[in-house]
Formats: sequence, C-alpha cells, structure tokens
Amino acid sequence: MSTALLTDIVIFVLSLWVGFEVISKVPATLHTPLMSAANSIHGIILVGAMLIAAATNSWIGYLIAFFAAAFAAANVVGGYVVTGRMLKMFRRRPATQAVRAVQASGEGRLS
Amino acid sequence: MSTVTWVSQLVYVVAASCFILGLHLMNNPATARRGNQFSTAGMAIGIAATLVLIAHAGVISATGWAVMIVGALLGSGVGLYAARTIQMTAMPQLVSMFNAVGGGAAALVAIHDYIHLAGAASGVPEATTITTLLDVIIGSVTFSGSIIAAGKLQGLITSAPVVFPGARAVNVLLAAAALAAGGFVISTPSLPALWVVVIAALAFGVAMVMPIGGADMPVVISLLNAFTGTAVAMAGFVIANWALIIAGALVGASGGILTKLMADAMNRSIGNIIVGGFGTGDSAVALVPGAAAGVRAIEADDAAIQLAYAAKVIIVPGYGLAAAQAQHAVAELADLLESRGVEVSYAIHPVAGRMPGHMNVLLAEANVPYPQLKEMDEINPEFSRTDVALVIGANDVTNPAARRPGTAISGMPILDVDQAKSIIVIKRSMGHGYAGIDNELYSNPKTSMYFADAKAALTGLTAAVKTLVG
Repeated sequence: MSTALLTDIVIFVLSLWVGFEVISKVPATLHTPLMSAANSIHGIILVGAMLIAAATNSWIGYLIAFFAAAFAAANVVGGYVVTGRMLKMFRRRPATQAVRAVQASGEGRLS
Repeated sequence: MSTVTWVSQLVYVVAASCFILGLHLMNNPATARRGNQFSTAGMAIGIAATLVLIAHAGVISATGWAVMIVGALLGSGVGLYAARTIQMTAMPQLVSMFNAVGGGAAALVAIHDYIHLAGAASGVPEATTITTLLDVIIGSVTFSGSIIAAGKLQGLITSAPVVFPGARAVNVLLAAAALAAGGFVISTPSLPALWVVVIAALAFGVAMVMPIGGADMPVVISLLNAFTGTAVAMAGFVIANWALIIAGALVGASGGILTKLMADAMNRSIGNIIVGGFGTGDSAVALVPGAAAGVRAIEADDAAIQLAYAAKVIIVPGYGLAAAQAQHAVAELADLLESRGVEVSYAIHPVAGRMPGHMNVLLAEANVPYPQLKEMDEINPEFSRTDVALVIGANDVTNPAARRPGTAISGMPILDVDQAKSIIVIKRSMGHGYAGIDNELYSNPKTSMYFADAKAALTGLTAAVKTLVG
C-alpha cells in the first residue's frame, strides 16, 4: 500500500468524523437547507471534471468531460442558489408590512 | 511537486475548511445564510485554484478549454434556472436531481481516469482499480436511482411501490453481475468489463428505488445523498485530490446522519426500506366505514370558537397540508389568532414532508417565523399545557397506539397530541395513514373531527374566527 493511499484514507476517515460532529448539531428545522448545502458541496466534483478536460485528447474523453462538467456545474450553481433562496425565508420575526416593503426594495434582510 | 501544485493543494485545504465552517454555521437559522456564503466562497476558490493549475500545466488543448467552458456554462444555466423557478413543495425532486448529476459526474470522472490509464503503458495500479470500481458502482447507482426517485416525487412515475414476482431475484442478479464484472476488472484490467459494471449498476439503481413507496422518500433521498458524497470521495481517491475526498466525506456523513434520523422517526430499519414493497403511495385514502363510530364531527363555527378563546394553540402539520398547498392558509389563521393574543406554535415531526425538514421550509416560505417551529422533543412537554391542538393532514405521527407494544407503529416516536385539553383534526376522511391502522386519537373523547380539504378548512376557519371576533 502506497503512502499516498494511506494519507488519502486518513483524510477520508477524519473528514467523516468532522462531518458527523458538525452536522449532528444542525437543528431539524434546517435539515432541508442542510441537504441542499451538502448537495452544492459535492459539486466540488467539478474540479475533477475540469481536470479531465485538461488531461484528455480523445473524442470519448471530451464527451465524458463535457457531461461531467455540465452535471457538476448544474450541481454547484443550482445547489448554492436554491440553498440561499431557502435560507432567506427563515425569519426570526414575522415579516410585517414594513419589512416586506424594505425587502421589495432589495434593502436589508432579517436573518 | 511543483510550487503551483503545492500551493493549489493548500488552497484546496482552505476550500475544504470553508465547507466545514459553512456547515458549522448551519447549526442556527440566524447564521445559516453566512454559512452558505462561506461554502460558496470555498467552492469559488477551489475552482479558481484548479483553473490556475490547469493553465500552468499547459497541456490542455483548445478543445479541452472549449469542452470545459461550454459544459460548465450549460450546466450552470440549467442549475440556475431550476434553482430560481422551483416551487418549495418540489424541493425534494430538485435535491434528488442534484444527487443524480453529482453521482453521475463522479462516476464519469472515474470512468475517464480508467480509460486514460488503460491506454497508458504503465497500466492501472490495483488500489486505483478498487477505488475506481467503488466510484463507478456507487455513482451509477446514485445517478439512476435518484432520477427514479425524482420521477416518483414529481408524479411522473407512480409513487406506489412497483413490485413484480421475482423482483428481488432481479435485484440480486444485477448486484451479482456488477460485483462479478468488478472482480474481473480487478484480476484482468478490461475496459469492456468496466462498461458491464456501469450498466449493471445503473440497472440496479432503477431496480432498487422502483419498489420503494412515496412515503419512504425522506429516507431514500437522504441515503442517495450519502451515496453521492461517497462517490465524490472515491473520485478524490482516483484522481488524488484532497478537496474531493474531504467534501465527499462531509456529504457522506451528512447523508448518513439524515438517513438514520429519518429511518428512526419512521420506526423502520434502513434495510427494511431498501428491500421495499411495504411503503404505500400518497393516494392511500381508502374510506373505512366502521371506524366512524365514536367519532365526533365538528363544523367551522364551533372549531373557530375553541381556537379564538384559547390561550395556547399548537398546530400539527403533516404532509396532507403540503399536498393541499395550505401552508399559506395555515399561516394566515395563525397570524389572526396571534393578533388576538393566542400563543401559537407548530409541532413538526421529523418526517412531516417528503424530505428531512421539508415542512419547516414550506412554513418559512409562508412567513412563519422560525422560533415558532418546534421540534418533536421540544414541543412534546408543552401539549399538556395546550388548550387546542390543531392537527392538519398528519396521521400516524399522532397515533397514541405507538406507545403500546403490538401495533404496526409500536415504538415510533410520536407527537403527544392526545395530552392537549382539546384536539381538532382536519382531515378529508377517516382514511388510514401510511401504516394502515386506525388512529386512536380520532376516537378520543377530547377530539373533534373537521372533515374537509385542508386548504378549504383553514380558509373557512379563518373566516369564522373573523366573524366571531368582528
């Protein structure tokens, strides 16, 4: 077994533990945005798709790179935008008329 | 290692830290948006570092640039459009499609790597073959399985379990075919055998999700989310990229936790759900004539009196509320009651909705402030101090039979609705919930049944309360 593989396994296992630790503290209220955020994070596979496009020189390679890049980019952009859209709706206080007016003008947002 | 490679690896670690920080900030609705921004920033610097790395290496062809940029722009456009236009009720389908494309991209990365290495003189190292196979199998199963799940959620494919004689044998055969072809790839590097693995895994994904019923979707989506994360981490092993390994592991952990939570809240084991064939569709609203005995029906006016003069009301929304698109109507009623000084909160069971936390998003969209959205453990002690519990489109999660052994839902965590001083249930009929058993809450002397569609009932109640208080 190579050292590189061993390092990769260590990183993988430790990241799993960090993930368990961090995510178990997310309240149930936010589980849908959490899953959507996790979705956008696995869009990091876009990096892999880009590296394919850089390394390949065959038509099948280009075809695979194209689909991988399109899939991953949809994942990244869609994931972050929809997560943002959802989180924006979570307000501490009810949106009163005044707040709605402010939001309509694109100004301050309540968290 | 060249300086650029070295620096880019460091930048990947920074990106991964942003992901972790982003997830950490999601532990509170007040900081969650900042978390999403951190995560986005991490992604941006990760992609930027990769661009620098590729440009610096200088081996990329003009076609390579074109393929990368056109593909990414096309994908971004589709993703952006979907994210901007999607209805909140359709969120589970969208998340499922993102799982599909993420898993698919991860599988493609490994397939390409294998083709590339198989063509090289040095051949494919054994460790790489194993991680490639894991990536290809998990990624392909996720891709086809998530598309089927999205189809079921969207109603394009029947949400009822699709089972036929020998279905289980087909599943076993497909899994065996994928594993056998995989074993062959390990012993004798072979590209055609890898394609057999891909096809068997894709077919297995379809065969795995088809027999699972609509009500089990929260578990399925969570599980496929965990799969996608794992596939991405495996892709990280294949192409030796830490950013992918860390991000994939984080998502795998998140999906794993949610899968466990959902399965526990449904009182089912994950294996039991995957083997499938038990979960029912959304349309299981059969009328049960005999069950109406001992049940008290109520009209809007009487229900309005109870609500208007209560000091504390807890609303218990279930999937029926979302199905009737009544989240805005319930928020309007709650606003009206609050303006009269009634204390209103919402009791959200973990599986209220079609994905983890779905009900909270629907209510947040209807402008319900999040401090009013209470989790099961938090709200249960409050029912005994509650004047009226208003149950809307929730069934099994309120059934006190779960506390006794020997019923289909024994041991399932439920909302203690029967502890409230009085209970109003809005429901279309006396139909059974997903577990297919009578709900003992309905024959409780404290319970009144308001038979109507959720949206019509809530609009009626709001009007009745308004007339009552002038």
